[in-house]
Amino acid sequence: MTFALETAAHPEGLRRVAIDPVSRVEGHGKVTLLLDEHHHIQQVRLHIVEFRGFEKFIEGRPYWEVPVMVQRLCGICPVSHHLAAAKAFDRIVGARPVTASATAVRRLMHYGQMLQSHALHFFHLSSPDLLFGFDSDVAKRNIVGVAQAHPEIAKKGILLRKFGQEIIRITSGKRVHGTGAVPGGVNKLVTKQERDSLLHDLPQMLSWAQDAVDIAKALHAQNPALYNQFGSFESNLLSLVRADGAMDLYDGVLRVRDAAGRILFDGVEDQRYLELIEEEVRPWSYMKFPHLRSLGAERGWYRVGPLARVQNCDFIPSERAETERQAFVAWGRGELVHASLAYHWARMIELLHCVEVIGQLLADPALLAGDLVTSGVRQRSGVGMIEAPRGTLIHDYDVGDDDLVTRCNLIVSTTHNNQAMNEAVRSVAREYLDGRELTEGLLNHIEVAIRAYDPCLSCATHALGQMPLDVTLLAADGTRLDQVQKSSTGEFVHVD
Amino acid sequence: MTAPLLILGWGNPSRGDDALGPMLLAALRQSLLAALGDQVELLEDYQLQVEHALDLVGRSRVLLVDASLSAAAPFEVSALQAAPDSSYTTHSLSPQALLQVYQNLQGQTPPPCTLLAIRGSGFELGQPPSPSALAHLAAALSWVRTTWLPAG
Repeated sequence: MTFALETAAHPEGLRRVAIDPVSRVEGHGKVTLLLDEHHHIQQVRLHIVEFRGFEKFIEGRPYWEVPVMVQRLCGICPVSHHLAAAKAFDRIVGARPVTASATAVRRLMHYGQMLQSHALHFFHLSSPDLLFGFDSDVAKRNIVGVAQAHPEIAKKGILLRKFGQEIIRITSGKRVHGTGAVPGGVNKLVTKQERDSLLHDLPQMLSWAQDAVDIAKALHAQNPALYNQFGSFESNLLSLVRADGAMDLYDGVLRVRDAAGRILFDGVEDQRYLELIEEEVRPWSYMKFPHLRSLGAERGWYRVGPLARVQNCDFIPSERAETERQAFVAWGRGELVHASLAYHWARMIELLHCVEVIGQLLADPALLAGDLVTSGVRQRSGVGMIEAPRGTLIHDYDVGDDDLVTRCNLIVSTTHNNQAMNEAVRSVAREYLDGRELTEGLLNHIEVAIRAYDPCLSCATHALGQMPLDVTLLAADGTRLDQVQKSSTGEFVHVD
Repeated sequence: MTAPLLILGWGNPSRGDDALGPMLLAALRQSLLAALGDQVELLEDYQLQVEHALDLVGRSRVLLVDASLSAAAPFEVSALQAAPDSSYTTHSLSPQALLQVYQNLQGQTPPPCTLLAIRGSGFELGQPPSPSALAHLAAALSWVRTTWLPAG
């Protein structure tokens, strides 16, 4: 594993560039490429405005408000935050464990959430790159192009996502601002009519999910050189697994593998995550850089998300997805798969798993009847951890005797992947930067690398008129050589 | 039965002027239910996403409402045309792209869609909407009631 982002061989020839906080406009993704004196990429910095101030926003609030409030962290996966917070406050109210019905309803909600997010990512964000190629016409390389060339694929994506959203509506009570999970349990069950409506659509969803895995697998088989090399770098992998080593996206213990596949840590309880992880602050970014405490920042950074989860677990506890996991492992020929594009394949294996688990949960009578909440001895602190679509999500709270939150620490998947995303962009920039000018082709390749991780961008603030991506090329002395921006309509412009 | 008119607003109520879309819906919800409840559906979300294309099905007219950093104050109204989108995350979708998704999904032209972009300026977490944004919202609300909605 290498760590060349911050350690230049000849730092005296480079100039550090501090990013003015004012320039960190909400909704921007900013990439700064720093060249050395030989005009080779020396350093890459991906600036993503993350959950600025959200922890302070939570502190001082009554704890029972928080599972609803944290949904405003992210407009794409509000349910992940909702459930992670509820799990943390289960600890606070001493609800260990919550009832069988609460577990069933929450799990159904979560796997519906994972399904809708994964479907959106693959079918509507990444499939244009994968189906048309990274260098294809930008006017065609979007979901509209996919819909025109492959209308059946686009339709499956929308309807898979719609199915996941319907599960969320049923289990959380509302399409948005849902309140289904509460500290100690849930506030509603699923009706027989609701369950039957989901069961009706399940076979079709299972078939489409299998199709999605087949597409991802076929793309790798068609162009193994590209898929194995693009944005590939070695890293540690971190995720929750079930106590027996199975994949579990709702609950479990932390496991870390090193880049060679050896298990470094296993069975770490969620309440003890700070014994495993620490967060580093760097002056050029608001987003922290978590790493394994025992290995330090240089060797201890890791990746989370589908690529980590599929390879961290010993098996997937559903038949079809386990078959696909084995095919994925076989692709690595005895080694871990580290290519960034393999995230998409792993993501579709998880999507298939989600549909299978949803089928299992819909057969659980606890969904329809049983106690909603429980409680026990009140605690002052609680950690809630869940595998969100993009990776491990940690909510950590202290609550005072007056029921107000006194401390809040959130580590979201995009933060876990911060170092890895920088590494992916650096890998791509080194390979595709040609000369001293930023080209549309390079910008496209950088976007493809970022897309594999699908970072959360200053969640749920996307007013009209924002610029989605800004790339700046700096000479060794800090002089700006080039700057390009890409608008939400795909317009590519050099900035004077 | 699907209401013939849809007003779809989005934004984050906890982020200053980003709340303008949901606030417009909330104001309408209070006043419209009695008069036009069966003719108009009000739909709120955090962000515009692909499945909202399915919410356009069966409508005669649609109004999409969001806060805007670039619109002229107090608000801008424009007729929307389907157009492709280009984003590198799943965290945004343009209104034009939503119409394009509809067109490709349904195989037909979407219903007439109007974009109401209300000028905002501050989007910080935990901040209330700015006074200027609230003034813009009041003007936009008046336009919706007097111009876009049928007399009720």
